[in-house]
Amino acid sequence: MSTSHESENQEMQTSVKPSSLAEVAKAKAVKVPGTAALGTGLETRGVHAWFGKHHALSNISLDFAAGTVTALIGPSGCGKSTFIRTINRMHEFIPGAAMAGEVLLDGKDVYAPGTDVTKIRLQIGMVFQKPNPFPSMTIGENVLSGLKLAQLKVENKEDLLEECLERAGLWNEVKDRLGAHGGSLSGGQQQRLCIARALAVRPQVLLMDEPCSALDPGSTLRIEETIRHLSETMTIIIVTHNMQQAARVSDYTAFFLSDGGPGQMIEVAPTSEIFSRPQDSRTESYVTGRFG
Amino acid sequence: MTMTATPTRPWAASPKDRAIDGAIFIGSLLSSYLLVFLTPLKGKLAYFVCFFIAYAIFTTAFKGIQRGNAAAKDALVNSLVAIGAIVTVIPAASILATVLQKGLPGISFRLFTTDMALATPTDPLSNGGLLHAITGTLTLMVLALVMSVPIGILTALYLTEIKGRFTGPIRFLVQAMSGVPSIVAGLFILSAILYPITKGYSGFMGALSLTILMIPTIARTSEEVLNLIPNDLREAGTALGGTQLRTVAMIVLPAARSGLVTAVILGVARIAGETAPILLLTGGGDKVNPNAFTGPMGSLPYYIWKSFNAGSPEAITRAWAGLLVLVGLVLILFTSARFLGSRKVSK
Amino acid sequence: MSTAELVIPAPREIVTEPRRSDKVFRGVVTGGGLSSLAILGLIAIFLGYRGFEVLRQEGIGFITHSEWSISTDDAGNVLDSHFGLAAMLVGTILCSLIAVVIAVPISVFSALFLNFYAPGWLKKILITIIDLMAAFPSILFGIWGFLVLMPSVEYWAKLLHRYLGFIPIFDMQVPVYTRSPFVAGVVLSIMIIPIITSVSREIFSQAPLDRIQAAYALGATRWAMIKAVVIPHGRSGVIGGAMLGLGRAMGETVAVFTVLNIVFQVNWQMLLGAGGNVASLIILKFGDASPYEIKALMAAGLILFLLTLIVNAIANLIVKTTGKSGR
Repeated sequence: MSTSHESENQEMQTSVKPSSLAEVAKAKAVKVPGTAALGTGLETRGVHAWFGKHHALSNISLDFAAGTVTALIGPSGCGKSTFIRTINRMHEFIPGAAMAGEVLLDGKDVYAPGTDVTKIRLQIGMVFQKPNPFPSMTIGENVLSGLKLAQLKVENKEDLLEECLERAGLWNEVKDRLGAHGGSLSGGQQQRLCIARALAVRPQVLLMDEPCSALDPGSTLRIEETIRHLSETMTIIIVTHNMQQAARVSDYTAFFLSDGGPGQMIEVAPTSEIFSRPQDSRTESYVTGRFG
Repeated sequence: MTMTATPTRPWAASPKDRAIDGAIFIGSLLSSYLLVFLTPLKGKLAYFVCFFIAYAIFTTAFKGIQRGNAAAKDALVNSLVAIGAIVTVIPAASILATVLQKGLPGISFRLFTTDMALATPTDPLSNGGLLHAITGTLTLMVLALVMSVPIGILTALYLTEIKGRFTGPIRFLVQAMSGVPSIVAGLFILSAILYPITKGYSGFMGALSLTILMIPTIARTSEEVLNLIPNDLREAGTALGGTQLRTVAMIVLPAARSGLVTAVILGVARIAGETAPILLLTGGGDKVNPNAFTGPMGSLPYYIWKSFNAGSPEAITRAWAGLLVLVGLVLILFTSARFLGSRKVSK
Repeated sequence: MSTAELVIPAPREIVTEPRRSDKVFRGVVTGGGLSSLAILGLIAIFLGYRGFEVLRQEGIGFITHSEWSISTDDAGNVLDSHFGLAAMLVGTILCSLIAVVIAVPISVFSALFLNFYAPGWLKKILITIIDLMAAFPSILFGIWGFLVLMPSVEYWAKLLHRYLGFIPIFDMQVPVYTRSPFVAGVVLSIMIIPIITSVSREIFSQAPLDRIQAAYALGATRWAMIKAVVIPHGRSGVIGGAMLGLGRAMGETVAVFTVLNIVFQVNWQMLLGAGGNVASLIILKFGDASPYEIKALMAAGLILFLLTLIVNAIANLIVKTTGKSGR
């Protein structure tokens, strides 16, 4: 595992002419929807979002197949983050927020009256832009904090702890110092700790809001590796500004754009298609770097 | 060909500058002696004032001759702001020195082991002590703490976590409350509780008035501390399926812990020596009273007040000794608050 | 994907049903938050209720007359009473104004020194000392002021009288220099200097760094920079800080009572050893007051409460609006 990551790393640093995005996207194994049995289907239908009077997001309908990674790309301010925050109902924390449309998790609308919001957030985990381990807790406590927050009972905490850190690719680095504070880790390790923390409550979907934007390239590659690994067992949606990253980790890519009005989804397709044969001219200019 | 660079600070004062500064300093010192000698001015303060005036004039004149008008003004303001800082600090130094000098003779071991049940303030110092006052003050502090900490922190939580409709008004009212004169807090407890309900002096009444004075300090400082907790942490807690209660209790409050402790200690330091409401409400007993709810209760401010007003030299010494103990208490609280506050909040 | 004739639907209602524990939590916290409102309201109500009888009997005379007397028969019935706060109110205002006039320049200078002149280590020490002073109990200032400061102040008061006696407020007929409003004002100024210094320092430190550097880059001396950038930025903040200090000085009890000679006669001559202060009046008369006189003291407390509330409210408004414009 670590050797492949190193070679990848070296390739990035040494190759004079970086391979094109389309080549990167094609280079990885293509996942066909439906072949991966794990994870849960997630679908949005005609989602709009408002902040007060400001219409931030218009009519997003997307189907996230179980066990796939979907990347959301687009310039700043096009509503990508707003969109994923409507999925796990974090959107409503902003005063004046409103939405329309439906978000279906396993066929059930998460906005239906009588829904237990905290249960939804347990099923749909989230990783934030900046690593934010809880400062008053140790590494071990951080991983298991979700259980305490949601008052879940678990038989064997040690096994869960090891499993989550293993899946987040952090176990080998921290297994000897689980009692240390989360702040003693490097930025990349902290972010993987946050991923492990999100995994501990066993979500079916994981939302990642630019998880690597505050990290150095080395840490970014480790996290991407983790994402590929996790996608075997869960559905992942990742917002990113880095098109190389979208090409490397995602099965599908959706391109968002705002033409001054609310953010819209211009195009969604398998990642290799988006980067080799985009259907829309705006997508093409964005992925080829002509604007944005 | 090797060149070793030696670090220099070309902007630092040169020996020549230092010599000139020294000369001006000595010159002003001499002229202040001369002025006090020649004019009817006298006293320590006169020396200070003359020295400052002379220093300000000399530096201004020198800079003016050397560099012109703007530099002269700059030099004048230079000495003015330095004088401002010195004048600000002198009273603190004088107060601490006086308390030490006049209070130490009154301090003895038996002061901390006996009360005034069998003594009056004018008795020789070997009679009686301030055990009752120390226990009383500690009781008042603990009671006020128990009542004001929950209310103060709840207020801060409302301002930082709930952010409801009343946020603006409440922030304003807390500010207004911090300006309530202590005597008014005393009169309020007197009129609202002591006269109609308990009808008797007790430590608890005093603690109630101290609570009113302490709430705004704790609420304001806690609000500042809680505002420093990044919103990311709250969102992460919620995204992990935590309710607001559990997110606040498990993540926000623990992260702010040392800051909150500092806020509470500062609140206690502020009320430790509060005198006016104590005079109205506690009745100021002369013996140790372990029951805060009935009977008069002594306290350091009351003891100091009573001794000072008794007027005899012994009584005044008692007052200074009491002040020394009180200042010691405030210093301990203040230093521990500083220590906790300066410790880096672990990230 | 993007269709031209897209109909924007109406926003749907988001129903966030908090758990019961959260409802309770929000309720409790809101209740705690409203306690300040409750306490301030109750203070006004109770003091007003207790003092109502006296306020009604004295009417406007309660704040325009200066007599404070009560006579009772042996059974404790009130025969005759006159309660007027005029001298005390004038004294309160006089003492606190003296305090502010002395404290403001000193505080502003030391705040400038702390922000722009002092080296780091000195700044740390000075701030600690100033914060510590703010935590000193007022009885300490009172006794220190009476025993240590008064002799010096008395001496300076004599000088003021001798050389500036032609100005009415420095004039006096009877040469009694001890326990004057001037002495009380000096003690109060020492008590409020830490407050005004902290507020001013805070405001000055928010002066925009880019403009400071721009001023230096244009060849300004330090003072020229302060005059051009810092003072305009911090002016109203300093005024707000001064008002906060004024509020504190007006409500001060023990320190003023210790140094001031309380006389029930309006006196504007600040060097003369006769003055007043509403808070000190309450302490002075409380010890042996009859139930009816207590009511008068409650009314006095109400007046003091409202006075400090108004001053503080104005101060906070000023500080708040500057804090905003500073960013």
